[in-house]
Amino acid sequence: MTLGVIMLCHAALDRTAQLARHWAMHGCPVVIHVDARSPQAQFDSLRTALKDLPDIRFTRRLPCEWGTFEIVQATLEAASRMLAEFPQVDRVLLASGSCLPIKPVRALQAHLAAHPDTDFIESVTTADVGWTIGGLNEERFTLRFPFKWKSQRRLFDGYVRLQRFFRLRRRLPPGLVPHLGSQWWCLTRPTLQAILQHPDRARIDRYFKLVWIPDESYFQSLVRQVSNRIESRSLTLSKFDYQGRPYIFYDDHLHLLRQADAFIARKAWPQAQLLYDTFLTPDGDRAHAAAPSPGKINRLFAKAVERRVNGRPGLYMQSRFPIHARRGTQSAAPYGVFSGFGALVPEFKPWLSRALDARVHGHLFAFDRVQFADGETVFKGGLSDSPTLRDYNPRSFLTNLIWNTKGETQCFQFGPEDEQEIAPFIASDPNASIFVVSGAFAIPLWQSGRSAAEVRAEAARLQKVESDFIDLLKGPETKARTRIWSLTEFIENPAEPLEQLADLLNPRAAHRTGELPLLVDLHGFGSFLQDLRNQGMAPVLMGDFPSDADLALPSPPFARPRVVR
Amino acid sequence: MGLSTLLRLRTRRQYLLVRAYRRRRQLTPVADRTASLPAHPILLFSTVRNESVRLPYFLSYYRRLGIDHFLIVDNGSDDGTREYLARQPDVSVWTTAAGYKQSRFGMDWMTYLLGRYGHGRWCLTVDADEFFIYPFCETRPLRALTDWLDSAETPSFAAMMLDMYPKGAMHEQPFSEGQNPFEIAQYFDSGNYVISHNPLYRNLWIQGGPRARLFFTDRPRRAPAMNKTPLVKWHRSYAYVSSTHMLLPRRLNLVYDDQGGEKPSGVLLHAKFLDTFGAKAAEELARGEHYAESAEYRAYREAISRERDLWCNWSEKYVNWRQLEILGLMSKGNWA
Repeated sequence: MTLGVIMLCHAALDRTAQLARHWAMHGCPVVIHVDARSPQAQFDSLRTALKDLPDIRFTRRLPCEWGTFEIVQATLEAASRMLAEFPQVDRVLLASGSCLPIKPVRALQAHLAAHPDTDFIESVTTADVGWTIGGLNEERFTLRFPFKWKSQRRLFDGYVRLQRFFRLRRRLPPGLVPHLGSQWWCLTRPTLQAILQHPDRARIDRYFKLVWIPDESYFQSLVRQVSNRIESRSLTLSKFDYQGRPYIFYDDHLHLLRQADAFIARKAWPQAQLLYDTFLTPDGDRAHAAAPSPGKINRLFAKAVERRVNGRPGLYMQSRFPIHARRGTQSAAPYGVFSGFGALVPEFKPWLSRALDARVHGHLFAFDRVQFADGETVFKGGLSDSPTLRDYNPRSFLTNLIWNTKGETQCFQFGPEDEQEIAPFIASDPNASIFVVSGAFAIPLWQSGRSAAEVRAEAARLQKVESDFIDLLKGPETKARTRIWSLTEFIENPAEPLEQLADLLNPRAAHRTGELPLLVDLHGFGSFLQDLRNQGMAPVLMGDFPSDADLALPSPPFARPRVVR
Repeated sequence: MGLSTLLRLRTRRQYLLVRAYRRRRQLTPVADRTASLPAHPILLFSTVRNESVRLPYFLSYYRRLGIDHFLIVDNGSDDGTREYLARQPDVSVWTTAAGYKQSRFGMDWMTYLLGRYGHGRWCLTVDADEFFIYPFCETRPLRALTDWLDSAETPSFAAMMLDMYPKGAMHEQPFSEGQNPFEIAQYFDSGNYVISHNPLYRNLWIQGGPRARLFFTDRPRRAPAMNKTPLVKWHRSYAYVSSTHMLLPRRLNLVYDDQGGEKPSGVLLHAKFLDTFGAKAAEELARGEHYAESAEYRAYREAISRERDLWCNWSEKYVNWRQLEILGLMSKGNWA
């Protein structure tokens, strides 16, 4: 069995020479096509470099612009030359000037010998192809593409639109079923012969001249008519990124390429010296891993596409800044926002931190300073407690905080007494869980000991701010999970809200209500509210707060849910 | 964003180009070796002043990355910088005694040299205290990156500045010639960068790091910009607008993805905060030749007399580019 190699080259012709020599040294005749657009001087030096090898031929140089029929034409001419000049060749491999054999050539020859009469060519019907770029799939065959995609993009796009508008469709040559697949194949002599001598060849060529990217469909479609045994898989490892460009292999991919199950890798960076040195030794790379693990290389490139297309959620940085993101802008991880709990439950922060196993901050958006957990002046990532820095860009501040602390749930207190600019972002962030006890802002005012007349204006302002916040939370833009209780609802049954929030933020927590924190003594708060009313303010957010006489206070530690009244 | 904006930006760009061209006479060649450039060179452009202590490491660092030729403007050094550079086989040196500030902080000279020698070539424009880090920089030379950018038809590459600082006061660990500055300045702030979008130039404006954390807490707007686009496949019609923070035409500023994906990006490690910094700050303050009337340096001097330790409990110790990528300061994008 003799393997012949067709090489299509356009750049880095010094590597082409090295590759051609490698094939030739292993008894493979080589037919080389060099793009007409490559400099003549480079072509001449390639010829000179390979002069000593008898079984190397060069074919007529055609200009091969990407996506045009010239590439197929060049392949066809090289193939007929191969079959005509090297009668001993019974398998033909199509490779590029940067296709690096990553297994010993002998192993490839053995593999082919073990699969006689088999054509290795990826060939998939258009309906089943998931990898084409640009949305042109079946239309590659039904529309006409006289313009070049790279240099005549406007004409290309315009003509596609025009044909779609008038619903122009081409008729396929009889018997042709469009198939797509990798450009790089390995065919048997009879199959290739049959394609070259196809009775309808002239008509088929005419048809494919106006098909887009015919190098991915010409042989892939025709082989279905002439071959007896197709193995629809390429022997060449070729990965494409999300824009349809082939991935490039570098020296640091060596260990991955050794584990690949393909025989040839496309494409190697011309200056990846280590790759060429390793794989182009006389025996190929003998050190290649015994157990192939192609999954690794697939994962690597799949992850790269994922990173480029979706990125890391919640990350805002120099090369990822979602302005028009489809799924909205958001933070990196779930976090909790608590409004009013601090005033009602003096030991709320330590309790929450135990119940959720989370980092519990104070009022991060307080006017006087950022209240990081444990009173730190600088927090993770170098966040400063300066309110001016925070207010300069509150959104960056919060998204940084959540990004910096991935792996640890963050909670913070937030109320009407805080800077509110961040509120719309929190409300629209699906990672936020917001718990509000409305009206609790009045408790510190009451505790301050000042008279209702003195705090009336402040109470009215806070109520306005809080009611705006609650309106925002109830608005259509809100994607955060929200729970809102009025102060009255909360004190009637404080255990339930506390359990709910613990469940929501830490669903896996085993512990239950066992220990719930003490509630602040609200004896006298009812009369304070009445005083506010008497001063002309309408405290509404607290709900229908019971008068002092109805409150069975001071409240004992509530070990189980109970209803006051 | 109408026609008038486009015209305004175009006028601005042409003004910058004319300005740079007029200032070409300020540059006197000391050693011009540009005639012997190899084909498709990767060039580095820089303006320096009294950097003889830093330059040996700077040159060796960038030679190792694969810079083929350095084009350096010496702005009136008196410490032997010029003579040192002129002796290097891969450096072309111009000298000028003209004002740094009047030259748009050196950018007029850079723009002229970029247009004259950088046309159609990959050009890295950095200061002597900026060290370029990009994905896979330990295993792949700079040319691997520029080849890849070429294949992706991407003309510009972002590398945000990352201020590096030592633990303890800056003067405690003296920096010696030829030394890797990051043996001393090992630490950085990993997650306090604030970003806003500039709709006119379409660039991102990034501020933060230890300088914002310590020296600009009361006027954050004046904190220095950290976003940079130092690597560009230059065209003679391009111009840097403000340092290397932004470019015209503005499509070159689209180094980020605004749909949620990540484009590849790097980092410029900034070795400013060494024991040399105190003297440098005093000198720059006296010259008054820096941005915003040296407000930055004045802020440092005030703050530094009290507090010269930039280190805090949450400072990260630098390991390698992969660490920066995990922290989200840079990205591999779809380069794998």
